[in-house]
This record gives sequence, structure tokens and C-alpha cells, in this order.
Amino acid sequence: MTSTSAAVRLDQVVFSYSDTMVRFDVTFAPGEITAIMGPSGAGKSTLLNLVAGFETPREGRVLIGDMDVTMVPPADRPVSMVFQENNLFAHLDVEKNVGLGRSPALRLSAADRQDVAAALGRVGLAGMERRLPRELSGGERQRVALARVLVRDRPILLLDEPFASLGPALREDMLELVASVHAERRMTVLFVTHQPEDARKLAENMVFVEAGAVAATGKTADFFTKSGPEAFRHYIGSER
Amino acid sequence: MSVNRTDPRIVAGILALAAIAVLIGGAFAGLGIEAVRNPQGAAAAFDGYLFRVARFTLWQALLSTLLSVVPAIFVARALSRHPQFLGRALILRLFAVPLALPAIVAALGILSLYGRAGYFAEPLAALTGRTWPGIYGLSGILVAHVFFNLPLATRLMLEALQTVPADQWRLASQLGMGARSSFRLIEWPSLRAALPGIAGLVFMLCITSFTIVLTLGGGPAATTLEVAIYQALRFDFDPARAVALTLLQIALTALVVLVLMRLGANTTGDANLPVAQRSYIRAKTSERTLNIAVILIALAFVGGPMLATVVSGLEADLGRLAGEASVQRATLTSIVLATLSATLAAMLALSLVMARRALAGGRPGGARKLLERFTDTGAGFVLVVPPIVIGAGWFVLVRQSVDVFALAPIMVVTVNAVMAMPFAVRAVRPAYDAASERHERLCAQLGISGWNRLRLIDWPVLKRPLATAFAFAMALSLGDLGVIALFGSDAVQTLPYLLLARMGSYRTDDAAGLALMLALLCLALTMLADRLGRETSK
Repeated sequence: MTSTSAAVRLDQVVFSYSDTMVRFDVTFAPGEITAIMGPSGAGKSTLLNLVAGFETPREGRVLIGDMDVTMVPPADRPVSMVFQENNLFAHLDVEKNVGLGRSPALRLSAADRQDVAAALGRVGLAGMERRLPRELSGGERQRVALARVLVRDRPILLLDEPFASLGPALREDMLELVASVHAERRMTVLFVTHQPEDARKLAENMVFVEAGAVAATGKTADFFTKSGPEAFRHYIGSER
Repeated sequence: MSVNRTDPRIVAGILALAAIAVLIGGAFAGLGIEAVRNPQGAAAAFDGYLFRVARFTLWQALLSTLLSVVPAIFVARALSRHPQFLGRALILRLFAVPLALPAIVAALGILSLYGRAGYFAEPLAALTGRTWPGIYGLSGILVAHVFFNLPLATRLMLEALQTVPADQWRLASQLGMGARSSFRLIEWPSLRAALPGIAGLVFMLCITSFTIVLTLGGGPAATTLEVAIYQALRFDFDPARAVALTLLQIALTALVVLVLMRLGANTTGDANLPVAQRSYIRAKTSERTLNIAVILIALAFVGGPMLATVVSGLEADLGRLAGEASVQRATLTSIVLATLSATLAAMLALSLVMARRALAGGRPGGARKLLERFTDTGAGFVLVVPPIVIGAGWFVLVRQSVDVFALAPIMVVTVNAVMAMPFAVRAVRPAYDAASERHERLCAQLGISGWNRLRLIDWPVLKRPLATAFAFAMALSLGDLGVIALFGSDAVQTLPYLLLARMGSYRTDDAAGLALMLALLCLALTMLADRLGRETSK
């Protein structure tokens, strides 16, 4: 079940829409969790969309491992993504929502169903196959999305503020879940968050994005010291 | 969103546009070929008669618009100033009925009320002292057009009045504004903004009205372009004249639509039921009495023909009528054709809506932008080309190679489908766009596309709005007497066609019974559409 880790690289990527333009040139370490932080509108989500294939660069390349995926459609990239919301189809039950990660035509074999059940058990939702999304709490819905990530089993995982709308205790649980899944599968994780705490707990590396470009990169631990990048310290308000 | 694969939704949209283009293009080709083949004939057709017809077309539309829109201001105002008026919701519901009623049913209802042998004939004869001649010609056309458009205009104006913020009403009542100053300072400004659009819409509906003029107009003195096209093809068999008339009609409607678009009007007309909002108005007794009188007069005018339809329909021998083979066959034909037409309309609408969304999600590019335009506003432009015009074009095009009357089913199904398509788009688009907003990235990520996407993701969300579109399109097609008037024959008869035939042979009782059946069928469908639509929007 374990997928091999691969680095993600944005090579001189230029992307523009309406009157904003972003330029990214950055590499994410394989098999590690990297937090992506920065002010609203800096381009964090755009960065993830470029990796996922929802956006196509005007210039430059997107590389996953040795493969140039710049022109590859989203479904064919070795990538899973969890959004802040709308990760589930409201009219499909939990099993079908997870099962779509295995077959987009929803043709599931007995083995597939077993995998879905196992994944649900792994995220703490054992036996909830028949529930509809509206019968779940916000945290549970994100767990279903994570179960689908497990079933899909792709080497890259993109998290676009997936826990932003959860309370502190729930977020803590989810962070632990992501950490343990990562320990098991060793995917390359790109994690966009607004919470410095999240980054501190989960991520080894940090990429700080500002005004449509990567402003600083490094080990998370270094970012939170007095010698961390000034822009970052200014952003989290630790400049005293 | 994928860049190097064509989204099947875009393919579906292109196919839908192509089908519409073939239908309309074929009609224009027919007209063009005829004009080229017989240029002298077409040119000669631009004679005094033609210009008289054109003038009458404009004149009746202008009068109808004035008579519908000006009283509607007062009715809407009266309704808006009395949100607690007893039976207000019922009145508004009743005002929605004409929109769902086939024109031929309304025409018959009006005749059975004000006609020579109508319920009002005797009292009117006693009143005037001579035999009541019955309303025909201009007066009949005007009464029918006002019957349709006064309620429509009233509802649209009420909607405009309800955009006035509640705070303004509170302010007005605090400042002690009377009826006159609150009309001048509050109501009129919001009405004035909506008025050009509403008047334009009504004018457009009246200029393209066919059935009303066919049944209530008469003689060369009260003929519009559309009816003249029909007569040129069906009776005089003068294709050159039909071409000339059609060109004039197209020019006229195109001009009106152009003006309408300048005014920012909504050419498909809305049928939302305005909700009474909390109001802070305290009307004085004198104003109250006047308002109630206005409402009651409007109610009598709109309700009268409906009541007459029901009463005269019940007087007919419904049992015998239902047992008649020709009635049964016409009913079956109507239902089959309307079902096919509604299915086609829903499919066209869905394809256009999906394509528009898929194109809007992609990166902008020249060709995509143009296509997106077509799938968006372009679809509404079919309303510029009246069914009679499309029918006439095809009639002229194919008349030498095939039996035109054998084409009746195809023409009825396709033309009605295309005419209902803009309304179907309005039913489907909001639901699809909202669902797409939530699902687009997820589907792209999981590789759910094409048939899988339609089956697993879109269909569950869309079945209700599609049912709304279907029911509405079916009602529209069931009641239509445009294309079938051109292509109908003894072999292919729909209910409205049979109704017209019975009217023509003075079997008024039969006609009344058929009208009631048709009206109930269309109303049931419209209510179904409305209910499904409202449940969707919840």
C-alpha cells in the first residue's frame, strides 16, 4: 500500500489571472511535511492549485519526482487534495464518497469495499459507511476526505486549510491523525495553514509566501526563533 | 479545467448550438432561396397591403402595451400598499395563471364572455339598445392582450416595488407621507426603473402574438404580420409574400429586442411569486377604498375569462367529447409531441448550461470566449425568431421535395423545444452552477467526467430542476398553436389544432369543452413545475 515519496518542484513557474501574477520557484522535500504560510491573497492556494493541476502555468514547469506534469490533467497526477470544505458530494453516502477515490465510475469490487471500510476505521469512522455528509459533523466530514486520501494512495498530499473551520480540540485531533497517517505512508505533504501552531506541530519544513512569490524557506524550527526570516516574524507578530 | 482534453460537456454544448443553428438556419435558407428564386415576387409583395399589416401589427402592440402597463401601475401599487389585503396571495396566484394558459383557451374564454353569443351579450344589448356585435378585430385583440399582460406587468411591478428597502417605508410613515408624496418620492422612482423593461417585454409579446390575432382578429383590417404569414402559406399559397412578411417580422422583432437589450430588460419574463413583506403603510380610508376598487376591477377582468372558460367548458358534453375518436387521437398526439419536445428542450438546456460552466471555468481564450457567449446569452436570442417564422422558412424550403404536412411532428417537436429552451435554461442553470461551484475541483481531482459525472454527480442534483424545466416546456408545447397551424392536417392534429378547427366550424360547445381540458392539462403541468422549482430552491 505504501507509495514511494517524490519531491514536488515548481520550476520558474509564472501564472497570472486577471491582474495578479505569481512566480514560484521552489522545491518541496520528498516524504516530508511542509507548511505553507503567508498573508491572505499571497498565493498559497494558487500554489497548491498549480501542483494539483487546477491551474496551468503560463511559463515554467511543475515537476513531481522526475515527471513533468505541467500539462497533465488533475486526475492523472499522483496527487490527492483536501479542501477547506466541499470535499464530499452531499447526495452520496460516506462509502461512495470514499469509494470514488478508488473508481471514478463507482464500480467497487468486494476488495475495494474492504479497503474503504479499513480506511474509515483508520480515521475513526468505522461503521459509518451509510451516513450522508449532512449527518456528520464538520470534523467527521474532513475525516471522510482523509479516508479517501488513504484509499487513493497517491504519493503527494495537498492540504488547503482543511481544518480552518474546526474548533481547537478537533483541530488537534485532526493534526494527530494527519501526522500518524504520514508516519505510515510517508507522502510528500504540502499543508497550507494560517495557524503557526499547526505548522509547528506538524511540519518539518516551512515555505513562506508573500505577494505572489516564495519569500523564505527553511526548517520550521528555525522560523520560530529570533533569527527566523523577518517577514515571517512580522507576519506572525513576534517582532518585539 | 483540464487543458489537453476536450470536456464532453463542451462537446454537448456545441452539439446543442449546432442543432439550434440548423433549425433556424434552415428556415432562413428557405426564405433566402425563395427570395433569390423569385425576387420580383418578393419585391412585389412589399405593397400597400403589407405595410397596412405592418402598421396594424405595431399599432395593436402599442395600444396593448399601454392598456396593460398603465393600469398595472395602479394595480401593483394598490397591492403593494395593502400587504394584508384579504386573499392577496390568492389574487397573485390567479395573476400567474394567464402565463400558463394556452392563448387559444384565453381567446375562447374571452369570446364566451364578450362574444356575440357570450354571457355578456344580452346585458350589453340591453344596455346599448341594439344587438351586441361581439368583440372581434382590434377590440378583441386588445382585451385578450391585456388579459395576458396586465397580470404579468402587475407582478413584475410588484417585484420592483418590493425592492424598496423597508427602511424607506418606515421613514415615510415616520415623516407622515401621504399616498401622493410616497408615490412620487418612493414608489415611482423604483417603478420608473423597471417600467421600460416591462413595457418592452409586453410590447415584444404583443408584436409576436399569433393565436390571439388569428382567433380574435379577422379580415384584412385586423391582421398582424404573423397571421398574414400563415394566411399567405396556408390559404393563398403565395410563398413570395410569405418571405416578404417574414423578413419584415424579423426586422421588427430584432429592432424591438435591440431596444430591449439597451433597456436591460429580461426578455424571458419572470414568474416568481412576490412575497408580501412587512409594511409600515397606513392608508387613509379614501385611498383604501380606491385601492380596493382597483384591485377588484383587475380581478374581475382577469378572472372573468377564466371563469367563463370553466363554466362554458362544463356546459359542454364532456363525456361525449372524451369518447370521440378524433379527440382521443388529438390528445394522444399532443401528449406524445409535447413529451418529446419537452425532453428535447431539457436536453438542449442542460447541454448549454453545462458547456457554459465548463467554458467559464477554463482559461480565457478567443474561441472559448465566443463559445461561452453563445451558450450564455446567445441561447436567449432564439426568442427573436417567432415559431411562425421558423415554420414558414421550413415550409417554403421543403415544400417542393417532400410532403410538408408529413413534417408536422418533427416541426412541432423541434420548434417548440427550441422556444422553451431559454425558460428551461433558467430553471436548470442556478442549480447546476451552484453544484458545479462545489464539485468542479473535486471531480477534476478524482477524474470523474463524462458519463460518470452525469450519472453520479450531476443527475442527483439536477433531476428536480430538470423536471421543472420539463413540465414547463411540456405545458408550453401542449398549448402552442403556431407551428401546428402551419403544418397541421387531418393526419396530424394536436388539441389546440382540433380546438381551432371546432371553432372554425362553429361547434362552440365542443371548443369550450376542449379548451377546459387543455387548460387543466397545462395548469397542472405548470403547477407541478412551480412546486418542483420551489422545492429545489429551498
